[in-house]
Formats: sequence, C-alpha cells, structure tokens
Amino acid sequence: MTNASTDASTNASSALDLSGVHFAYRRGAPDVITIPRFTLARGERVFLKGASGSGKSTLLGLIAGVLQPGAGSLHVLGTALTELSAPDRDRFRAAHLGVIFQMFNLLPYLPVGANVTLPCRFSAARAMAAQAAGGIEPEARRLLSRLGLDTTDVWDRRAAELSVGQQQRVAAARALIGGPGLILADEPTSALDADSRDSFIALLKDECEASGAALLFVSHDGGLADHFDRALDLSELNTASAAKAGAHP
Amino acid sequence: MSARSTILSLALRSIANRAGTALLTILTVAISVTLFLGVEKVRQGARASFENTISGVDLIVGARSSPVNLLLYSVFHIGDATNNITWDSYQGVASAPGVAWTVPVSLGDSHRGYRVVGTTPAYFEHYQYGDGRPVRFADGVPFEDLFGAVAGAEVARELGYEVGDEIIVAHGMGSVSFIEHDNNPFTLTGVLQPTGTPLDRSVFVGLEAIEAIHLDGATGAGTSLSAEALRARDLSPESITAFYVGLTSPVAALRLQRQVNTYPGEALQAVLPGVALAQLWSVVGAAERTLSAVAAFVVLVGLVSILTAILTSLNERRREMAILRALGARPHQIFVLLVAESALLALAGAVIGTGLTYGGLMIGAPLIEARFGLLLPGMVPGLYDLSIIALVTGAAAVLGLIPAWRAYRNSLADGMTVRL
Repeated sequence: MTNASTDASTNASSALDLSGVHFAYRRGAPDVITIPRFTLARGERVFLKGASGSGKSTLLGLIAGVLQPGAGSLHVLGTALTELSAPDRDRFRAAHLGVIFQMFNLLPYLPVGANVTLPCRFSAARAMAAQAAGGIEPEARRLLSRLGLDTTDVWDRRAAELSVGQQQRVAAARALIGGPGLILADEPTSALDADSRDSFIALLKDECEASGAALLFVSHDGGLADHFDRALDLSELNTASAAKAGAHP
Repeated sequence: MSARSTILSLALRSIANRAGTALLTILTVAISVTLFLGVEKVRQGARASFENTISGVDLIVGARSSPVNLLLYSVFHIGDATNNITWDSYQGVASAPGVAWTVPVSLGDSHRGYRVVGTTPAYFEHYQYGDGRPVRFADGVPFEDLFGAVAGAEVARELGYEVGDEIIVAHGMGSVSFIEHDNNPFTLTGVLQPTGTPLDRSVFVGLEAIEAIHLDGATGAGTSLSAEALRARDLSPESITAFYVGLTSPVAALRLQRQVNTYPGEALQAVLPGVALAQLWSVVGAAERTLSAVAAFVVLVGLVSILTAILTSLNERRREMAILRALGARPHQIFVLLVAESALLALAGAVIGTGLTYGGLMIGAPLIEARFGLLLPGMVPGLYDLSIIALVTGAAAVLGLIPAWRAYRNSLADGMTVRL
C-alpha cells in the first residue's frame, strides 16, 4: 500500500486511528456512528463493550473497509482507508485483517485445512507471509495445534462436523494465518460456554501477542473486559444520537 | 493459486455440498438436452431420408402439371395423375440420345389400401434411395411371370404376406374396394427390405399385368381370358402414368428436361427429383421446425431449473458470501462464483445429455433402421453437439447473471455481517 497516505507521527505507529468519523446508511439519515477519536496501538489488545444497536457492526464494517465513512479520517495500520478504492480496500482487508464472527465462521463445504488456508488464496501477501513462517500448510497446522486442536484429527474433516467451540478455534487460526496486523473479533465467544470461552480468549490473546497482531475484541458482555489490556465502551465512544436511541438499520 | 482457480474450486465445492439439489438440476438439464439432440438426430435423419427418397434417377417424366404434384404421385404415390402419357411419347423420350435407361410406372390400382405400381423388373435395378443404396429383396426375386407381384416391407409385415401368397388387386384406392379384379389373382414372388421410402407401402406388378386385368373394361372383375391366352397377346399398354429416366451423363439432364418440356406431340413435363424434393420439403418441413422449437423450449426449461435452484439457495448462502467478503473476496468475485456455478451445472447436464443421446442412438439406431429403414446420421458426437454444449453452458452463464447480480447486491449491502 505504498500509495496510501500516512500521517507519519500519529498513524504509522497505530493499528487503528479514527478521527471525526461520521457514518449514516443513507444520505440525510441520522448518523449511526459519530466517533470523535478512537485509537488502537499496534499489538494492543482492546476490549470494546457494545450492546446490540450501539453501532458495533457498523463500526467493524468501517474498519474492515466494507463501509465508507461520510466524513472523518480512518487509518488502519497506517493506511488511510478513505483514500482507497473499493477493490483496494478489499485487497487491504484480505492482506492485513483477520475477522472472527460470532458463529458460522467457516465455509461448511470445505475441510478444516482448506478453511484455515483460505486467506492465503485471496491474498498473495498473506500467502507469502505464511510461506516465510514455514509454509502455508505447516503454519496452518501449527496455529490449529496452538489453539488446542488435534490437526491429524480435524484437518480433513468438514467444518460443519466440528463443535461450535472447535469451529471458533478454526476461525481464529484462519484469522491469524499469514500474520495480519489487526484481528477483528465480533462476539466470538457468545456461542461458547464459560470454560471454553475463557480458554478461547486466552489462546486468542496469546496468539495475537506471538504474532504481534493488534486485537479489537467486541462483545456485549462487559465481564470479559478483565482479560484485556484496555477496555472501552462503544456507547461512550460513539456520540451519534441515532445509535443511542438504539436505531439499527 | 490464482483468484480465478480459487473461485472455480469454491464453486465446485459449493455445488458438491448441495449434491442432492445439484444432481436433480443436472438431471433436468441432461434430459432436456437428450430430448433436444434426439429430436435433432431424428429430424436430420428424416430430412436426409426424405430428400433421398429417390436417387440415381436423373429425371421423372409425366403429364404436365406442377413439379411437386408429379413428384407426389409418381414417387410418393399420393394423389392422382392429372393425365396419363402415351406409350408413343414414352418411347420417344426413351430413345432420345443420352438416355441410358427408363422405367415406366403405371398407377391407379390398389391392394387393401396399398398402391399397386405397374412397372418392369428394371425398377428394382435402377431405383435407389438414401446415399445411392439399391433396393434389396428380403425374400424372393422380382416378378418374371405375367401375374407375379412384389410386396414392399410394410405391406408384407402388416398383412403377413410371404413369398408364394396369392393377392387380389382392386381398382382405385381405399382399403375396402368394391371393384376387385378377382379373376386374376397375383402370386407374390418377392418381398423387399425396409427402405424408409414409399416403396415399403407399395405392391409391384408387371406393366403387362395391369394392361391384362383391364382388358375387359377398367372396372370389371378382370379378364376372363386364360393366362396362356394372355401371354400370347401383345400387352403393350397404350398409356402409362409416368416414367423414370437415367442418363449416361447427368450433365445432359437440363438439356433433356427442356426437350421433354417442349415435346411437340404431348404436354409433358420432366422434373429433377432432387430439386422437386427440396421444394416439397420446404412445405412439409414446417412440422420439423416446430418440433425443434418445442425441444429448444424444453432446454430452456432445464436452464430455468438451474436458475431456480441457485436463487432458492441464495438466502441460506448469505452467510457464505459474508465470510468470503470478510476474507477479502471482492464483490465481483462473488458475482463470478455464482455465474460459474450456473455454468458448471449446465455443462455437466449438457455433457451427460449428449452421452445419453449417443448411448440411446447406439442401442436404438439399428432397431430404427431395421424397422423403418430410417438411417440416423452422425453416430459419433461432432462439432454440432459441441456447439450445443457450449450454447447451453453459455445460456446458463447468462441466466446465472440474475442470481449473481442479487448476490452482488446482497454482498455490498451485507458487507461482512448478515442481517437476516
């Protein structure tokens, strides 16, 4: 991303830097996102508390480059997303972001191994990084076993055959492969029981630390905040009136 | 591991994941393509067979009317001649330079609804059909004796005739005739093999026999003269219905045709069988084109079933699209994914359909040929079949644009999250 502008002093060192970001789903509709300032340092692991209707999904869409803010500056890993074209944002997301959803993260018709290595097929940068780390498949197997899965058992199994807890770990391995700079986790533990939730968060944190990735962990469950370096509340971050009123598109 | 091969392999995996629906869809397309190709094959066969109903004959000569009319009664035995032509005129043309052989044809009588053709044994020697295939005898020989007869394949099959059976010839047409020349029964000397031409539905007797049974008046029971007495008589007819002409060199056909058409003694007309057959086909070919159109619509129904299958799967697959988007798939790749799925289903269906068609032909064609004398063309898949496969696949890709466009819009609106 050499053509992306970087405000050297503030943005280059941050994983995320939002400044004066506004977003509305339609022109003239009330903003669902108004964030005066939100930053995340590289390698930092932050908990963001967000109830449903707080603009959580919208914020993640903005950071991932699927949505474009109406105003403000939005830097991810030093790149101004607002200055990229839609295909370039897709390419940027493929190369630098790992995403974990609440559930149903995996393509049900692909085996586990193919699911984990999928980002390397959409991004040459991720493929090269994984190669450099010892090869795509060894790296995928390493991440799976680091996340507590028996690779000889699960590698060739269809993703749909796994338990929800196992699926989330596979999703985490997929998000981490190829060393992306930022992991976005959207309620990844809400479908898990308490024990597997805690161990999942611990493993995810450890792996982010090991790879140097920043982690933005979003959940409505404030009780998880203790696991993280820093905790924020989206309702304080987001000053948009529509979000406060609970409006959701 | 290019993006394109990734999308293609994802499309294949996704189809495999919905194997049940996918198989039904493929089967629908396969059956529709089988029907279409089958109809095409029979159509081409029927057309080729029709246009080669008579070959090896350079000119057909009859009384002046329209070329199609002459063809209809002299070859297809449909309708009646406007006029007979005199034996003298026949002899005049037969002795013209360049004429290698002639075969006279005299129509007007029937046997249980089948036309009786008065002719000479040379008929079986010169009449050819299809790709210059000669007339063959399934059993027996051409008639030699005055009251010998040869039956076409269908006549023999339908009426259960064998060589040696006696038959009665009736005056005029109709399966039940009130005027039967029953004084003079004929004896079958031969049965022809199926040809897929009007020959199958004809009975052949000698020209002299036609003359003989009408000696005591055209509508009588026949002649009371004994066979011996008849054989002693000169039974050269005064007139015949038409005759076939073979030339020493086909290039003389046009010149002789002009000579016949301007024959001074009588209003004659000569037609080139190929030209007249093509004219006739342009009339009866309408049915054939209708059949094709119906078959083409069945293929369209098959393609629409692909569209239905993919469209109904779209909602449950919004999550899949969102995952792909989160992984960095571009909206246009989602678009290509769905177009590829549609095209792959159609390709599989079309290939299987072509296989079924040729498998069916391998089994069915010998039976059809034996029963109807209809030769089906091209027993090996050719360029035509490839172009049909390509066309069906292409059409499916075009139809695939509809779900692709919807998924594209969805994936733009949904982004990485699915709001169901």
